[in-house]
Amino acid sequence: MRYLISGTAALALILGVQGALAETTVKWLHIEQNPEVVAYWEEVARDFEAKNPDVKIEMSYLENQAFKAKLTTMLQSEDRPHLFYSWGGGVFHAQAEAGVLLDITDSMDDEWAATFNPTSLEAFTYDDAVYGVPMLTSQVTFWYNKELMDQAGIDPDAIETWDDFLAAVQKIKDAGIVPLVAGGADKWPLHFYWTHLAIRLGGKEAFEKAISGEGDGFASETFIKAGELMQQLTAMEPFQEGYLAHTNEQASGMFGDGKAAMYFNGNWLYNIQRVWASDGKGLADDEMGFFTFPIVEGGKGEPSDTLGGINGWLVSKDAPDEAVEFLRLLLSPEHETEMAKRGFFIPVANGADAEMTNPFYKQIASNIANSSYHQLFYDQMLGPAVGLVVNDVSADLAAGNTTPEEAAQTVQEAWEFEN
Amino acid sequence: MQLSLPTPAALRRTAGQGIRFAPDKLKVVLLFLPPALLMFTLFVILPMGEAIYYSFFRWNGFGRPEDFVGLKNYAYLIQHRAFGIALGNNLLIILISLAVQLPLALALAILLAERIRGAYTFRMIFFLPYVLAEVAAGLIWRFVYDGDYGLLATLTNWLGYPPVHLLADRELAIYGVLAVVVWKYFGFHMMIFIAGLQSIDADYYEAARIDGASRTQILRHVTLPMLAPTIRLSIFFAVLGSLQLFDMIVPLTNGGPSDSTQTLVTYLYNFGVVRMRIGFGGAIGVVLFVICVVFAFTYKRTAMRHD
Repeated sequence: MRYLISGTAALALILGVQGALAETTVKWLHIEQNPEVVAYWEEVARDFEAKNPDVKIEMSYLENQAFKAKLTTMLQSEDRPHLFYSWGGGVFHAQAEAGVLLDITDSMDDEWAATFNPTSLEAFTYDDAVYGVPMLTSQVTFWYNKELMDQAGIDPDAIETWDDFLAAVQKIKDAGIVPLVAGGADKWPLHFYWTHLAIRLGGKEAFEKAISGEGDGFASETFIKAGELMQQLTAMEPFQEGYLAHTNEQASGMFGDGKAAMYFNGNWLYNIQRVWASDGKGLADDEMGFFTFPIVEGGKGEPSDTLGGINGWLVSKDAPDEAVEFLRLLLSPEHETEMAKRGFFIPVANGADAEMTNPFYKQIASNIANSSYHQLFYDQMLGPAVGLVVNDVSADLAAGNTTPEEAAQTVQEAWEFEN
Repeated sequence: MQLSLPTPAALRRTAGQGIRFAPDKLKVVLLFLPPALLMFTLFVILPMGEAIYYSFFRWNGFGRPEDFVGLKNYAYLIQHRAFGIALGNNLLIILISLAVQLPLALALAILLAERIRGAYTFRMIFFLPYVLAEVAAGLIWRFVYDGDYGLLATLTNWLGYPPVHLLADRELAIYGVLAVVVWKYFGFHMMIFIAGLQSIDADYYEAARIDGASRTQILRHVTLPMLAPTIRLSIFFAVLGSLQLFDMIVPLTNGGPSDSTQTLVTYLYNFGVVRMRIGFGGAIGVVLFVICVVFAFTYKRTAMRHD
């Protein structure tokens, strides 16, 4: 009998304690690889928990590709994360249409909305409803290794046109240096070339025409020409040996190790090259630089047009209110400012870039601010079914496994099949 | 409530005495069949039916499929270059499994089935790759094949050849995969063969030797015919296993470069699941299923008729 009483008491105690400590759990799924960023987020989460004693923030991590593959199923299960990473675009639109997201338009009052750059908020709005909160923006540029560029006698600032760029690549190659790295196994690092060429060639108009089905769509002159120009580059064999089997992580590490002169990648490379460099340090600030994608002579795009992303957090349906409240804290101007200051990313909260000390990120923030056409990554914007076809044909173009006409036609066919 | 399950000993007894207790058996059937039947229906029949149903829709996996497209998914599949490559690769894997892997396994089994010194150790060594998880094996070989730092790089360096990036080469990558497949599964077939060899009655060998048969003659006229049912079973496993090859390819090449190492299942995963084209994925699944079923039934009906 005594045991029974003490047992019951213990049980009651356990239940009571649990009930008092964590009534709500906010499940938060991220794909962040930089330990410093994760540590900072954990700090914010603990801070939130301290302020809200009955809430627990449960962080979990999935690798980028695994995350993308699992998300659809996860979102429709009972085990769905309340907050998850998103690149906006077609995948987000499909999720919103399917009703697996939480409409947070009411929580996004004018006061909160006013803290963000309007374009960035637009990226997480679908059919006039807000489903998520933007965190960062990014731009794809040519990052270079100063020492290797010097060795090859290249002045990166003098590269203005695509032809200048091709000439520089040849010169670097002649100097016995690998001009470019690419994570060809992941394919998306290669799709930046094709899409940025299309942006330079056809501008905003070409992309909008293509998605509205006007004319030949993605099989139009702009996209064929983009493939042709891309193959001018790839015919020179500018990439590291075996690039088709290397992932973006490996390629970033190679760039960090100083094995190649340039990597055409998003500004996240600045941090990722350190994480994946063999010495864990990579290139220091004064050892690297970047220049924006060269213009194409006769192209209709503005030189200020940018290719990049707007990433943030989506809220899934049935998520507790605390999930949104947590985003309010995490993405508050104070935290955005602090994260920007620490060089984690380029913030989207208004004024959060003011205290940014990283000169590269400062420059990129101003590039995006001055751009009248910030194209979201095709592989996100067009949704996975078409976006990944763009990645496929880009890798095929680089490998010389398809022609520019075939590539454009394949993308157009995929687009027609899905729309 | 007490369950009156017959103990294994009791079952043996009843079998041995040749007396059947119908009610007892009925109990066993009633007790043991439903779970299996339920599982089979829930996890095999139902998903199969669903896959067939989905294959007629354009569906991204959210909600219910509504956009009926008829046979469009199948039409797309047939003309898709990557599908042709995947199918061709599967046939190549089957061919190599049968022409290289099984003979190798058989030769080793014949060597190691006898109780010679070290046989046990070697059996374990050869069996080891099979024990390894597929994903781990794929990752390990990815490192081995790495043209800059891998074992292959060391080898080419040592031989004075320029570095070879096997998995980045559209023409060669599939051979890299084939080598891993043979390495991974020959031990499994070797073990099956050893078990088969050990169940052959020693009297046959003795009789053959008394009749003055040579080792080759014994192999040809005693071992192989007696082992035939085991070999046929091994072929069955090898073909079906080859058709379903997936988890090792993903970490190794993920079907690349340019789809040159896709198999039917990686093709299904990359073009169906990853691209959120569940209907299309269903169509691939149905095609794969038909291939497997047709093979399994014809093979069972013909080659394994008497086994």
